Amino acid sequence: MIELKAIRWGEPYESLEVDEVNHFYTGEPVARVHCVGAGIIQRDAKKAVRARKALQAIPPAELVDRLKKAGELFESGTLAVGDGKQSPDDFIAQQSATTGMPVAMCKANVTKNAFVLKNIDTILDCLTRGLSLDTLARGYGDEGRGVIVSYQAQCDALGAVLPSNSPGVHTLWLPVIALQMGLVLKPGKSEPWTPYRVYAAMVEAGIPPETFCLYPGAGADIGGAILSSCRRSMIFGGPQTVAQYAGNDKVQVHGPGFSKVIFGDDCVDDWEQHVDLLVDSVYRNGGRSCLNASSVYASRHTKEIAEAMAAKLGPIEVLPPDNPEAGLAAFTIEGAAKAIWGSIESDAEAPGVTDMTSKYGDRLVERPPVAYLRPVVLHHASHESETRNKEQMFPMVNVVECPQAKMLSAMGTTLICSAITNDEAFRRDLINSIDIDRLNLGPIPTPQVDWLQPHEGNLIEFLYRSRALQLAGA
Amino acid sequence: MPAADPAAVAEARAKLDAHAVETVQWHFHESTGCPFWLEKKKELKFDPLTEVHSYDDLKKFPEFEDEWLRGGPVRRWVPQGLADKPVYVFETGGTTGVPKSRIAIDDFRTDYSNFSETLPDKYFPVGSNWLMLGPSGPRRLRLAVEHLAQHRGGICFCIDLDPRWVVKCLKKGQIDHANDYKKHCIDQAITILTAGHDVRCLFGTPKLIEALCLELEERGTSLAECGITGIFSGGTEFTPQWTKFCVEELFGGPAEESGVYMTPTYGNTLMGLACSEPVTKENGYKITYHAPEPRAVLEVVDFDKTDEVVGYGETGRSKLTTLTKEFFVPGFLERDEGEREPPHTMYPWDGISGVRPFSRLAGGTTVGVY
Repeated sequence: MIELKAIRWGEPYESLEVDEVNHFYTGEPVARVHCVGAGIIQRDAKKAVRARKALQAIPPAELVDRLKKAGELFESGTLAVGDGKQSPDDFIAQQSATTGMPVAMCKANVTKNAFVLKNIDTILDCLTRGLSLDTLARGYGDEGRGVIVSYQAQCDALGAVLPSNSPGVHTLWLPVIALQMGLVLKPGKSEPWTPYRVYAAMVEAGIPPETFCLYPGAGADIGGAILSSCRRSMIFGGPQTVAQYAGNDKVQVHGPGFSKVIFGDDCVDDWEQHVDLLVDSVYRNGGRSCLNASSVYASRHTKEIAEAMAAKLGPIEVLPPDNPEAGLAAFTIEGAAKAIWGSIESDAEAPGVTDMTSKYGDRLVERPPVAYLRPVVLHHASHESETRNKEQMFPMVNVVECPQAKMLSAMGTTLICSAITNDEAFRRDLINSIDIDRLNLGPIPTPQVDWLQPHEGNLIEFLYRSRALQLAGA
Repeated sequence: MPAADPAAVAEARAKLDAHAVETVQWHFHESTGCPFWLEKKKELKFDPLTEVHSYDDLKKFPEFEDEWLRGGPVRRWVPQGLADKPVYVFETGGTTGVPKSRIAIDDFRTDYSNFSETLPDKYFPVGSNWLMLGPSGPRRLRLAVEHLAQHRGGICFCIDLDPRWVVKCLKKGQIDHANDYKKHCIDQAITILTAGHDVRCLFGTPKLIEALCLELEERGTSLAECGITGIFSGGTEFTPQWTKFCVEELFGGPAEESGVYMTPTYGNTLMGLACSEPVTKENGYKITYHAPEPRAVLEVVDFDKTDEVVGYGETGRSKLTTLTKEFFVPGFLERDEGEREPPHTMYPWDGISGVRPFSRLAGGTTVGVY
């Protein structure tokens, strides 16, 4: 068992409140995490400026080099994590043990997070749209045509309230250190592993430890304290969290994606060519990510599309986490899977809604103390079906029959839209839509992320404000 | 930890037995009892006047239901023997719906006068003034702390604080609004502390003490610099970790170094005030409470067999019995759990440590907003 102390600007802190993080199935303790209260976070927040100053003492190019090294270490190094040493295999085993995610999925996320660090220069180049990091570091620079540009940092450290269910999201905050801002992180209750390993890798690569705070443990007040004491924060949560922070420019909220694949009328007759893409969009990463498609829209052939998807997704079985073929993650909160299945059964009873996976056996698989849900494909005969855009934390997709002209209004908020159409007018409508965040034109699986494009809001726009700066005599 | 002398434990038990009998006689006698208990007596399968000979005989009563305290008429709780006295009513809960109410005449004064005896004069100087930084309005705390100050020869300053409003804000997700309200309370407190009133002693809930210290730090000062030497805290969950943070970081060290002494308490409107054994770094900031026996008794009982206390060191639910002439509550199951602690030399009867919200009710209640 590993002991993870809270980290307060690089200093380990021993708390009298120690939570155990347990194996999702056996219940055996895997880690002991030291929890802190809101007061410590608020008090520490007053020292955030020191983190920024420590990073400002290091040129951006040097920080980038160290982060690249951190990426290598994160992926392949044996690192000092908590009171022990952690190899990459230890990390993957620990993450799988406490989250219930298959080992293969944990490995994939290691690669994803390491990729971002190892390619941090390219990614930052994309995030800044080619702006030199020196301009951000200095506060101003020359745009290249004799015009001064200036960007004002909006915080000394970014706060982040992290989830337990999707280790891939850490890619969103990894670039912050290169921007010379500290990190104040609340790791997910059952997934403290990634933030602690990133911290260990970065410190070993030469990033000053005093630029990090790690506050593990449960308790909404910890998250609340981070959000209220950091001038910029990101939080991950469900629709309620999204609604709570909507319009709050201090908080970037990441919630359900409601991502979709849609067919234009010009391409829908070729749907059979795209079944693998549809299945990949729903199933990759266990269907737990905001990147996964939760709905497919087409004006015709929807029953056949749903049947074809069900034929591929329906037979997928629950496999032990260490099986390389395992693709389904356990629901570790008691009663959660059963409740979700109950709600899907109720949705499937609505007029025009058909469960296309029912013939492939029971969807709810109870393996006390956890449970699994096997993939579900629901067919919606009408775009007016109330549940057409529902998203769940497992591979579940709604195949919706909808005239092309009604699609945009029926789809609602969509994090990623993969539009299989060559109809220029329709493409133009999609480009103009303010409900779609990432738009893929053509047959691109929704989870396929081009790291050279901003995802879910540009980090630079969130952390910096473009402002005027005038130099006398310039 | 100094263990209690067995003779002292036995003596305290005998006193409790006698007090329990006397209290039951008072509340169930036609000439002195309150209408509620006299009416309830008709439903009982035993006669309290002849069949209660010891504290343990109180187990014959059915579990006290807190619903009985909701709604009126409030007079039904006033004992006939005290009917001519001026009566207060204190409330608990009530963010939505009808709050629970408890009548009082002198109990709050008696409880706090007794509590006063446990406070060290070095840090709670006699004659010094107090600040009450906690819930006001229909709650017992405000008058009780004011009495405590007066009992010790001081004058108590108070602020307005309505926790029901805070709960409403939090339930609606209006976190900023709740924080603004907290700031409004803290601003009032700092205004008093810096107005030359010689306030040396403070009551505060843990969250308000924390907020006060952080705001003072923000303004470049501290509780010690404001003259505070003694703090009595309670009202919401009190953990060893919070106490460690508070003592080591907010106060600047233990009382001998920082000059600021804090004593935790556990109590509510139904009970008096349970005092804490001394809390120190050496004992891991462990907080152990002992009820003010014989006026109130705290037992740590089995979660399912609530008539049986658990073994020492074992976890159980907190069960409260109040035994005063003003109010009789036999066996009320609190929404808290903790570990049973042995008698202490200062309090030769059982205690409870690690008090926290009852795990089987977790999520069902909003605790400790301020």
